[in-house]
Amino acid sequence: MDKVITTPLVKEIAEKLTAGEQVYITGTIYSARDAAHKRMYEAIARGEDPPFPIKNSIIYYMGPSPARPEQVIGSAGPTTAGRMDKYTPVLLDMGLMGMIGKGTRSIEVIEAMKRNGAVYFAAPPGAGALLSKCIKKARVIAYDDLGTEAVHELYVEGFPAVVAIDAKGNNLYAQIG
Amino acid sequence: MRSITVDTIIENVKEMCIEANYRLSSDMETGIRSACDRENSTVGRHVLEQLVENLDIAEKEMIPICQDTGMTVVFVTIGQEVHIEGGSLEEAINEGIRRGYREGYLRKSVVSDPLIRENTRDNTPGIIHYNIVPGDRFEITIAPKGFGSENMSRIYMLKPADDEEGVKQAVLETVKSAGPNACPPMVVGVGIGGSFEKCALLAKYALTRDINIRSDKPHIRRLEEELLAAINSLGIGPAGLGGVITALAVNIETYPTHIAGLPVAVNIGCHVNRHVTRSI
Repeated sequence: MDKVITTPLVKEIAEKLTAGEQVYITGTIYSARDAAHKRMYEAIARGEDPPFPIKNSIIYYMGPSPARPEQVIGSAGPTTAGRMDKYTPVLLDMGLMGMIGKGTRSIEVIEAMKRNGAVYFAAPPGAGALLSKCIKKARVIAYDDLGTEAVHELYVEGFPAVVAIDAKGNNLYAQIG
Repeated sequence: MRSITVDTIIENVKEMCIEANYRLSSDMETGIRSACDRENSTVGRHVLEQLVENLDIAEKEMIPICQDTGMTVVFVTIGQEVHIEGGSLEEAINEGIRRGYREGYLRKSVVSDPLIRENTRDNTPGIIHYNIVPGDRFEITIAPKGFGSENMSRIYMLKPADDEEGVKQAVLETVKSAGPNACPPMVVGVGIGGSFEKCALLAKYALTRDINIRSDKPHIRRLEEELLAAINSLGIGPAGLGGVITALAVNIETYPTHIAGLPVAVNIGCHVNRHVTRSI
């Protein structure tokens, strides 16, 4: 049975997900990658509010290609999550409940996930055309000057992902190879 | 003497940037499609099916195969008897990139300074390698390179005593540490020999070779085959989620080297290993 996850993602639901499960995500999620993370991290350190509510949110590590006039968004696949590791524990401690990306995470991130009951999903890497079809609405809500790295609010339907690391710290990648 | 105008170069580079990002070369496309039948893990097969569907959607709906449309690597082979007319060759190539990335709705992924990190907003400059040859040939290869896989590439300055076994270990260690980050199934470009910079360039160039064509040197051909088998027994699989299809090919290029050295560079190409070549 395919499991549907809706946002906002609450801890009680996130905690029940198990590494290896295929899920489909529906609801509002936020894109942020390297430059946006750096900026959010610095804003939080100064005591300012981040550009979207972190609690119970899902961040998608993604910077799209430009949309053609008739398209919602261009190609929109996951980028390597590990580059965001430095900034992630702070967000998890603020209640970030889900992350979507590709590749492995640091021990510090996994510990923060366990502490807060959060999950990390892997989306099919390099399948940006396919994944763009699941994005029904997209708009830039912060850091417009960063171009593709701006924060986008995205409404997704049936977005396919695999639970790569669950809230207990079970790591699908570590079980392989 | 043969003359080629900068306008011809601009137009060709523009078209090639777009073509490379919307459709894979036939060897890559066939490689991914046929991998579906050879993958024995259920999750691995599911990923490969998603990649095939992604290629179909990209071409049909004009959406780039991957959102990382790359930093534009360019190989130019230019005959000594070719005259470039109407301006600078380098500027013409960059203008072609600029137009291709704008008109092709491709992502602009280049920052002007590696530490200040301000986006150039037109994906220039490209990374251009020139090869000057006798005659009046003019050939361009456009190979947009995504950095998920680029970041997982490595260079090793081995000792001659490390031998073939050391080369194998270097390649396997790089592939293992790349794992899911490099978007497998990958193409593994390997440069052996030359100097520090030469072997890195060989590894990059190796990624532009048809994945079904093996080295014409018998000992290198054997090494390519043995390494592919070893990589595919690591268990990494498509998307790094487990399986037997971790790499589609290992392409090795070699060059003479110094009596004291055995440089090895491993440049990982993701499953969107893009390259388009045209003779003008």
